[in-house]
Amino acid sequence: MKQGIFKITKNVNLTRDVMLMTLSGDASAITAPGQFINIKLDGKYLRRPISVCDSTDTEITIIYKVVGHGTEQMSKMPHGQELDVLTGLGNGYDVSRSGDTPLLLGGGVGVPPLYMLAKQLKAAEKDVSVILGFNTADEIFYEKEFEALGCHVFVTTVDGSKGIKGFVTNAMENIEYSYFYTCGPEPMLKAVYKASKTSGELSFEERMGCGFGACMGCSCKTITGYKRICKDGPVMQKEEILWED
Amino acid sequence: MGRLSVNLCGIELDNPIIPASGTFGFGYEFAELYDINVLGTFSFKGTTKDARFGNPTPRIAECYAGMINAVGLQNPGVEKVISEELPKLKKCFNKKVMANVSGFAVDDYAYTCEQLDKEEQVGWLEVNVSCPNVHGGGMSFGTSPEAAAEVVKAVKAVTTKPVIVKLSPNVTDIVSIAKACEAAGADGISLINTMLGMRIDLKTRRPVIANKMGGFSGPAIFPVAVRMVYQVANAVNIPVIGMGGVSSAEDVIEMMLAGATAVEIGAANLVDPYICRDIINELPAVLDKYGIGNLKDIIGGVK
Repeated sequence: MKQGIFKITKNVNLTRDVMLMTLSGDASAITAPGQFINIKLDGKYLRRPISVCDSTDTEITIIYKVVGHGTEQMSKMPHGQELDVLTGLGNGYDVSRSGDTPLLLGGGVGVPPLYMLAKQLKAAEKDVSVILGFNTADEIFYEKEFEALGCHVFVTTVDGSKGIKGFVTNAMENIEYSYFYTCGPEPMLKAVYKASKTSGELSFEERMGCGFGACMGCSCKTITGYKRICKDGPVMQKEEILWED
Repeated sequence: MGRLSVNLCGIELDNPIIPASGTFGFGYEFAELYDINVLGTFSFKGTTKDARFGNPTPRIAECYAGMINAVGLQNPGVEKVISEELPKLKKCFNKKVMANVSGFAVDDYAYTCEQLDKEEQVGWLEVNVSCPNVHGGGMSFGTSPEAAAEVVKAVKAVTTKPVIVKLSPNVTDIVSIAKACEAAGADGISLINTMLGMRIDLKTRRPVIANKMGGFSGPAIFPVAVRMVYQVANAVNIPVIGMGGVSSAEDVIEMMLAGATAVEIGAANLVDPYICRDIINELPAVLDKYGIGNLKDIIGGVK
């Protein structure tokens, strides 16, 4: 983990309420796809955790949905504004377990962390399939970006306005894969978990206090004991997950 | 001794800065960020007789100038704290640590303190009779003078280490409780724990926190904390540790003028993980700014 000051170099809409922001600064603490950053906002007490979509040593790309006061404030920030950011938080995905034909499944703003993962898997010459799930055609983003990496991309929409009608699990049935990686809302994660035929990794979300393991605000129970989503996660191995309820 | 040093219940601290329990784990997460030996000491994660998962999530809510938590004393239990956490801490912290203890019955407190009394690494026992996030224990001991005194007596009987009682602000008369603890043999008082608070999500029309209510902390509660530290410090003859929303070197000085011998810093660690180190570094210049020679000379300076 590292604390640093970053300058906003881009902050644009991808869809009506999903924004892409690039931040320039020392991003060297980011060591794996699926990690997140924690952003301090003026007038807000707790930092805002946002997953990393892509990063180099000097730039971070994040994609966020405007859902509350904090993200609304972010959406109005001009280029050049400086932000206090904690980087390199969380464990991230383990690229080494992918096998030759990994499958990536993202739902809504669960899609962004899969981009850097796909990039690294393609760099390792894997045959990568990606399923991007949205509610409706208007909400789709990053389809072309995944295609440009050379992934096999499948889009699903709940209302059938584009791609395969239904959920990511509807598209999953017809794909052969060696391992899976997923991120999205919890009902989706649960459905992917149940439908999956191989081992895999799931990235979870929870309201956090600190984001670096100190406050125990985001704890969950797993087969291997209590874990903090922020520090021991957000990525959990399929075999360790204990679904409550 | 440097100009920042203070004496807390017979143990000399290099400075009065103490990360508060529940915001600093068992130290080693922060030791990855900076040398935690720069601290006066720190109060480790609230420990109970048995292991606890704590409350369901969400456990955290954002507030104006603060936050609510309802973690519910998640900890591995005293046995594992001694066998696993303290050895890990020893590798990165060579000072005495403050052991924070909670319980659900007087015997629980006594048992846990008796185990921790045997540990050479432990300098003080901070007995938490003020956790708002657990049912049938915690805060209920801290809301009556008699119950608080009973816990203090039971703990004092099993330890020779200084016993500091951590009090709740969620009471009508905190002075009477502090006095009862002193009369029962407490060596110090720390205050304030969090204030009971609640947030409601307008979209779902449900409490933000799964446990409905939780402990409110952060800069918003600082004036309440200063007032209560002032009242208690003027009513007892044992050292007082001030806490509640402290976020800067100026806040530390204000707390000490109100009567605090040392100062705990809680919620601020979660937002700015380097804040305790930074405050310690800034203190000498701030002392100069206000014409203060040695920090210990200003304790209780406001009458």
